[in-house]
Amino acid sequence: MSVDLIAYGAFFLTMALTYAIICLGLNVQWGQTGMFNVGVAAFVAIGAYASALLTTPDAAERIGGFGLPIMVGWAGAALAAGLVAWLVGALTIRLRSDYLAIATFGVAVTVQLCVLNLQSITGGAFGIGFIPRPFSGLAAKPLEFGLANVALMIAVVAGLYFALEHLAKSPWGRVLRAIREDEVAAQALGKRAVRFRLQAFVIGGAIMGLAGAAQGHFIGFIAPDNYMPVLTFQVWAMLIVGGSGNNRGAILGAVLVWGIWALSAAAVSALVPPEQQARAASLQIVLIGVGLCMILLLRPRGILGEVSVLSRLRPKLKKLPSKE
Amino acid sequence: MNPQFVMDGLIAGAMIGLGAIGVTLTYSILRFANFAHGEFLSWGAYIALAISGALGFAWTALKVPVGPFSFGWSLPIAAVIAILLSGLLALAVDAVLFGRLRARGGAVIILVMASFGASLALRSLLEFIFTSKPAYYTKALQIAVPLGGGLRATPDQLLSLGVAAVTVVTIHLIMTRTGIGRAMRAVSENPALAGLVGVDVRRVIRAVWFMGAALACVAGMMTGLLVQIRPYLGHDLLLPLFAAAILGGIGSVPGAMLAGLIVGLSEAAAVQLIGAEWRAAISFVILVAVLLVRPRGLFGRAA
Repeated sequence: MSVDLIAYGAFFLTMALTYAIICLGLNVQWGQTGMFNVGVAAFVAIGAYASALLTTPDAAERIGGFGLPIMVGWAGAALAAGLVAWLVGALTIRLRSDYLAIATFGVAVTVQLCVLNLQSITGGAFGIGFIPRPFSGLAAKPLEFGLANVALMIAVVAGLYFALEHLAKSPWGRVLRAIREDEVAAQALGKRAVRFRLQAFVIGGAIMGLAGAAQGHFIGFIAPDNYMPVLTFQVWAMLIVGGSGNNRGAILGAVLVWGIWALSAAAVSALVPPEQQARAASLQIVLIGVGLCMILLLRPRGILGEVSVLSRLRPKLKKLPSKE
Repeated sequence: MNPQFVMDGLIAGAMIGLGAIGVTLTYSILRFANFAHGEFLSWGAYIALAISGALGFAWTALKVPVGPFSFGWSLPIAAVIAILLSGLLALAVDAVLFGRLRARGGAVIILVMASFGASLALRSLLEFIFTSKPAYYTKALQIAVPLGGGLRATPDQLLSLGVAAVTVVTIHLIMTRTGIGRAMRAVSENPALAGLVGVDVRRVIRAVWFMGAALACVAGMMTGLLVQIRPYLGHDLLLPLFAAAILGGIGSVPGAMLAGLIVGLSEAAAVQLIGAEWRAAISFVILVAVLLVRPRGLFGRAA
C-alpha cells in the first residue's frame, strides 16, 4: 500500500515538475520580459513531437523513428521549439505587444492542425507510441522506476532554476527587466530592446520544448489531445498563482495548480456519474478560469511575487507623497 | 475549380467580417486584443437557441417555417432579444473584470490575459450548460436554389448575406454620421483629449462593448443557422476574426468587413485547392503575410 502511495506520489511529482519546466520557460518570456505567449501548448507540442521523432524506433507507417538516444531527443526538442519561437518572435516582437499574443495564438491553432493532419510525420490523431522512457530498465519495479524519474526531473528543474536565476541576475537579465519597466529609457541607454526580447522569447520557447520532450518521454506516448488550448491555460494559471517574475514561484505554482487540478479531476471521476463527467470537467475549467481572473484582480503578484529592487521600491515611492 | 466556392466564401466571410468589426472596435477604442470576443459569438448563438426553443415550446405556431426559410417567427424574435442580452453580457463582463483592471491602470497586456481567462471560463460555462453536443435552430432541410453562373444558395444563406450587408451599412452610418460614432472615433484617436473636450469616455466604452457584442451575436446566430451551434463555435472563429481585423486595419469598420470577406473567400478557395483539413491554417497564413508586408493593414493608420 505505502509503496503504491510513494509510486503515485513520484508519478504526481514528476508530472508536476514537467509543468514546472514549462512554467520556468514562460517566466522568462512573461515574468522577466512581459511578452504574452498564448501558444504555450504549441511550443510544448513541437518539443514533444521533435523528440519523439528522433528517439522512437523506426516505424513503417510514418517518416522517421530514428532511434537516437533520449538526450539527443531532448536537445532536438529544445532546438526545434526555439527555432519556431525565433521565427514568431522575429515577425512580431517589433510590432504592438498584443500582436505577439495573436500570432502565438495562431501558432497554437496551426501546430494543432499540423499535428493532426501531417500523418506521415506525427501519426495523426493516434499520436506516437513507444517513445523510449528514461530508466526503462527499471520498469518492472514501479517504485524504483518512479523514484529514478522523479530524481531526474528534480535535477532538470534544479539545473534550469540555477541557470535562470543566474541569467536573471546577470547584466542580461537586468536589461530585460529594464526594457519591461521602461522601454524608452532602456533604449536611451543604448540597449536594443527588440534583440533582447527576441533572445528571451527564444530561450523561453526552447525551455517549453524541452518540457514537452521530458513529458513525452516520461509518459511514453503523445497524441494531439495532450496539447489543447487548456494546457496553455493551465500553465498560465500556474505562473500567475505562483508569482510571475519569480522562478521559485513558477515551480511552486506548477506543483500547487497541478495538485489542485489532479485532485479535482479525481473528485470528479469519483463523485460524478459517468454520463455527467464531461460536464463536470467543463465546470472544473470554468472555476480555474474564474480563479485566474480573480488573482489578476485581487493579487496580481501571485503567492511569491517578484523579488526585485525596482518592483519593491516602486509602490512605496508612489505611496510616499500621499502619506506625508 | 467549382465557382460555388465564391458563394461559400462570401457567406463565411460575412460572418467573419461582422465578428471582426467588434474586434477592431474594442481593439482601437479599448486598446487591447480581446480574446473573449469569440465567446460573445457562441453566447449569442446559444442565447438565441434557448429563447427560440422556449418560444417554440410555448406557441407551436411560432415554429412553422416562414416563407422559403427553414425557421419560424420564433427565431427572429429570439434574435432581437439575444442581441440585447449579448450586449448586456458584454457590459457585465466589463463591469466585473475589464473595467476594474482599467481603473487600476495596469499594463495593456494584463487586460489581454484577463480576456484569455474570461474566454476559457465563458466557453466552458456554455459547455457545462448546453454540453458539447452540436445543436440546431431547426431540423428543417433546405434545397439550394440555382442563382446562375453555377452558383447555388439556400434562402437562409441569402437572407444571412442580406442581414450582414444591412448591419454593416448601419454600423458604418452610426460611426460616421451620429454623435456617438464621432465620440467613438475621438476616443480611439486620443482618450484623454476626447475627455477634455467633453466626450463621456465611459459612455463610449459602454457603447463599444454593446455594439461589439451585438454584432458578435448576429455573426454567431448566422453561423448557428447555417452551420451548427457548438460551444467552440466562437473559439474556432477567433483566429479568422483577428486576421480580418488586422488585415482590414485596426479601427476601420469597412476594412474589417472587406478583410472578413477576403479571409472567407481564401478559406473557401483553400478548401477546394488544398483540402478542408487545412482550412483553419489559412487565417494564420494571412495573418503572417499581413504582419510581414503591411502590419498596419489595408486601411489602418501607421502605429
